[in-house]
Amino acid sequence: MAILFFEHFQLTCPSRASVECERAVNKKRPVNLDLTQFRFPLPAITSIIHRVSGVILFVAVAFLMWALQGSLESPESFAQVKESMSGFFAKLITWGIVSALLYHLVAGCKHLLMDIGIGETLEGGVLGAKVTLAVSVVLILFAGVAVW
Amino acid sequence: MVASVTSLGRSGVYDWLVQRVSAIVLAVYFVFLLGFFAFSSEITYEIWKGLFSQGWMKIFSLMALAALGAHAWVGMWTVSTDYLKNGVTRFIFQAVCGGTMFVYFVWGVQILWGL
Repeated sequence: MAILFFEHFQLTCPSRASVECERAVNKKRPVNLDLTQFRFPLPAITSIIHRVSGVILFVAVAFLMWALQGSLESPESFAQVKESMSGFFAKLITWGIVSALLYHLVAGCKHLLMDIGIGETLEGGVLGAKVTLAVSVVLILFAGVAVW
Repeated sequence: MVASVTSLGRSGVYDWLVQRVSAIVLAVYFVFLLGFFAFSSEITYEIWKGLFSQGWMKIFSLMALAALGAHAWVGMWTVSTDYLKNGVTRFIFQAVCGGTMFVYFVWGVQILWGL
């Protein structure tokens, strides 16, 4: 009851402070919604790739299980899996899955290092992100050579 | 303590630990497999089947598969609670993820059982 009365009082008799506040809010202020002005810091980018690669891997496991099953069933099905993985497109998918795995692995190792207190500062976070990208790019290039 | 009914261990700390322990199992497994690919010149059917017929490799593989189920559950749960705000959609998404992981596990047992 007291609250209701108070609200009513405020609505009907606005104080000087609330009038000032309303004036400030209604003022035409610049609204910056130019998306090109926003920039993700490097650790944010490595973090979102870690997440995306994780989701990709979850789906990719179906392909890996299919390949594992075929490769272990019989010499014929082993040859069949090998054959179907020799095309350019199939090699591209294989490279993609291995790349997602390597990136997720490297970024995950950085996570574990940060969990035990290494590189937790702002500078450490940026450096860790740079190292994560550099190491995974090198490994992914190696994987590309190995696949082809 | 805030508990969520859909998180794996009903507690964030438990899920956090599960995520790390399973990550280490998966990392060791895949580094081993990548090493096997990298250091063997030509993998024939005999070599490949020989590897997966070993008792320790079956245990290692099933351990990795179980770790994958837990790891992916925590991961996909985190993703779903971040982006899917509608409760029904989120529940369906999580149910599909959980079902897929179960299929992966049983499928893996089936593949390794007959060897």
